Amino acid sequence: MPKLLTGAEIVFKCLEDQKVEHIFGYPGGAVLPIYDELKNHPSIKHILVRHEQGAGHAAEGYARSSGKPGVVLVTSGPGATNVVTALTDAYMDSVPLVCISGQVPTHLIGTDAFQECDTTGITRPCTKHNWLVKDVNELSKVIHEAFRVATTGRPGPVLIDIPKDIQFAKTKYKKPNKEKKLNGKSHNKFSQDQIDELVKLLSKSKKPIIYSGGGVINSGPKASQALRELVELTGFPITSTLQGLGAYPGDDNQFLGMLGMHGTYEANNAMHDCDLLINIGARFDDRITGKIDEFSPNSKKVHIDIDPSSINKIIKVDLAIVGDVTSVISKINKTIAKRKNGHSKSNKSNIAKWWEQIEKWREKDSLNFVNSDESIKPQHAVQRLYELTKNKDTYVTTEVGQHQMWAAQHYKFNKPNRWMTSGGLGTMGYGLPAAVGVQIAHPEKLVIDIAGEASVLMTMQEMSTAVQYNLPIKIFILNNQYMGMVRQWQELLHEKNYSESYSEALPDFMKMAEAYGCKGIKAENPADLDDKIQEMIDYDGPVIFDCHVDPNENCFPMIPSGKPHNQMILGPKDQEENKIKGKGKALV
Amino acid sequence: MPKSKSAYSIPTKKQKSDTYIFVVWVDNEAGVLARVVGLFSGRGYNIESLAVAEVDAVKNISRITIVTTGTPQVIDQIRLQLTKLVPVHKVAEFKREDKDVIFKEMALFKVVGKRNKIEKCLNACKKFNPVILDETKSSAVIQITALRREIDVMNKKLKPLGLISTSRTGAVAMTRGAKIFN
Repeated sequence: MPKLLTGAEIVFKCLEDQKVEHIFGYPGGAVLPIYDELKNHPSIKHILVRHEQGAGHAAEGYARSSGKPGVVLVTSGPGATNVVTALTDAYMDSVPLVCISGQVPTHLIGTDAFQECDTTGITRPCTKHNWLVKDVNELSKVIHEAFRVATTGRPGPVLIDIPKDIQFAKTKYKKPNKEKKLNGKSHNKFSQDQIDELVKLLSKSKKPIIYSGGGVINSGPKASQALRELVELTGFPITSTLQGLGAYPGDDNQFLGMLGMHGTYEANNAMHDCDLLINIGARFDDRITGKIDEFSPNSKKVHIDIDPSSINKIIKVDLAIVGDVTSVISKINKTIAKRKNGHSKSNKSNIAKWWEQIEKWREKDSLNFVNSDESIKPQHAVQRLYELTKNKDTYVTTEVGQHQMWAAQHYKFNKPNRWMTSGGLGTMGYGLPAAVGVQIAHPEKLVIDIAGEASVLMTMQEMSTAVQYNLPIKIFILNNQYMGMVRQWQELLHEKNYSESYSEALPDFMKMAEAYGCKGIKAENPADLDDKIQEMIDYDGPVIFDCHVDPNENCFPMIPSGKPHNQMILGPKDQEENKIKGKGKALV
Repeated sequence: MPKSKSAYSIPTKKQKSDTYIFVVWVDNEAGVLARVVGLFSGRGYNIESLAVAEVDAVKNISRITIVTTGTPQVIDQIRLQLTKLVPVHKVAEFKREDKDVIFKEMALFKVVGKRNKIEKCLNACKKFNPVILDETKSSAVIQITALRREIDVMNKKLKPLGLISTSRTGAVAMTRGAKIFN
């Protein structure tokens, strides 16, 4: 007869069989049996965070930088509610997370017991699926199923709620089931006919653009490889969403930069004027499309996505291909290669005029800013950071706001999984714990959180985690003393009524670094910036870098709300020119 | 055009809404109805009526019938979002006007009054297979099966005849002929 195991032992058996190496968590009453079992499983390392939200974001950083699911372990009640923000964040950005939460014993469920909450009820809308395990015999099956749901199709977070008595109860362990029960949810539903149709569109197009997104990253490194081949084969211009950065090299000439609200002039105008738009693994987010009615009005639209519910959700498309990005693009590449052997006529000459037009848009140099000798411009700080770290295979996380957009605009990524940012939910406080998770997954790599001083204060406590595990993360704070993006919107839309967007009493980040036991560096002068950044890079240990930047800088270019892609507000140089022509105001 | 004062675009012109019936086959497990209904409320879809019961005790399958209204784009989204839920096996949808589908609701009417009034009630219900489930000297419980609109009409009509309480189900649906939902 096989040995009987407790629920807590089964949890670890499952994690071992799923090849989990790290879990991010915080103990509490309802998960103590699981924590008690931890010592018997040396292959699994537990990272103790300082707040459950930090555990969730750290697991997200871990997952996005490694491609493996992130695992979170929290207690019942407040432990579970604290992790809700991270679960929602992971749901919006399609990050595979498996969250295990403790629950009060089954006989107390529903009695308002101490630290009880309806965890599966609260997390139902922010997970792909969740389970309350009321029978220990179901436990191993549920955990293995949870990993399958989190990692297959469009990835996302799942939660398993395990009451304390189930963690003590004993049963036999069941290995994961090899056969896949798809429940009618297979993911590669495309046909060669659809690929042929797409290739036909490619060859006819005169003004094409590829718009790639986070789906390319989620599909794995092979997808990025295939995408690069496709762009090379076709000679088409490519733009990327915030989440897709790194799938295609940021310094390549065919790359037009990011598109959308703070995207480049050339990318947005190309989206507006194109005759063929190929969306690969993106979801026509409202930060991308601008005004729906005037979104890319004259183009045939193709959408490649693994999630059928993304198709026609916001933008009606002419050709939808539901499938995994890697398989779809590889098929396209093969089909193009075959055709080329038949008759070698490429359509690169067809699109020469289009490239000329794009070069004209490029001349606007829409990411320009007026640099200064007196104060550090935030864009300049990001550019210097990029120049000094670009040869190091650096991993970058961000918080949310102006600094995030500046990082996306001025830091160029050449590989997938190097860029971790909260896009869908826009969670301030994401970057620092995410950097912790990234560093755990890549202990030898340089990990930088490009942060704002307001965001970083939301999860600052995780510095303590970084110090405990000696994780040499670099927190690069663009400190402008404002909630910069809020201030920018107030300036542009609310007559400069800066309601509550100024932080009156910021902490001294140098002293804060000292208090946490890490290194603090402060930069206030453009002349010292490079040396200080180098000092940060060279320091073997966590660093808080307090970079004082011009508090009044705005993030340009931008598409004002309710406007289409071709009506952007450009940077200060352009605004200056327009003012002379008396057109300045019309742009805002 | 009103100027948008927010980080979001203003809503654009609305398409025409139609009434659709969704039939959803789900694992009969705890919380499954909450998942389906939560999807509707969370994404701002509308539920006109809902009927749910287990239909296969061996395979543990429940069948949920939901009447909803939406633009074609919203109806598409409802189907695709429902299909994504883990315990959902199959989703079918059709227009209320679809001639190939039977679609019925049941109502129980409690009428209190003299014999002749009750007779009048029964007479009024004649078209809808009235069945008397309970009868006393001064009351009756009448069951009818009909379309939603017809039950609405009967509900009004019977009021002056002594109707004091109505209980009704959501709609259930079934295709005509030998075909089943695909």
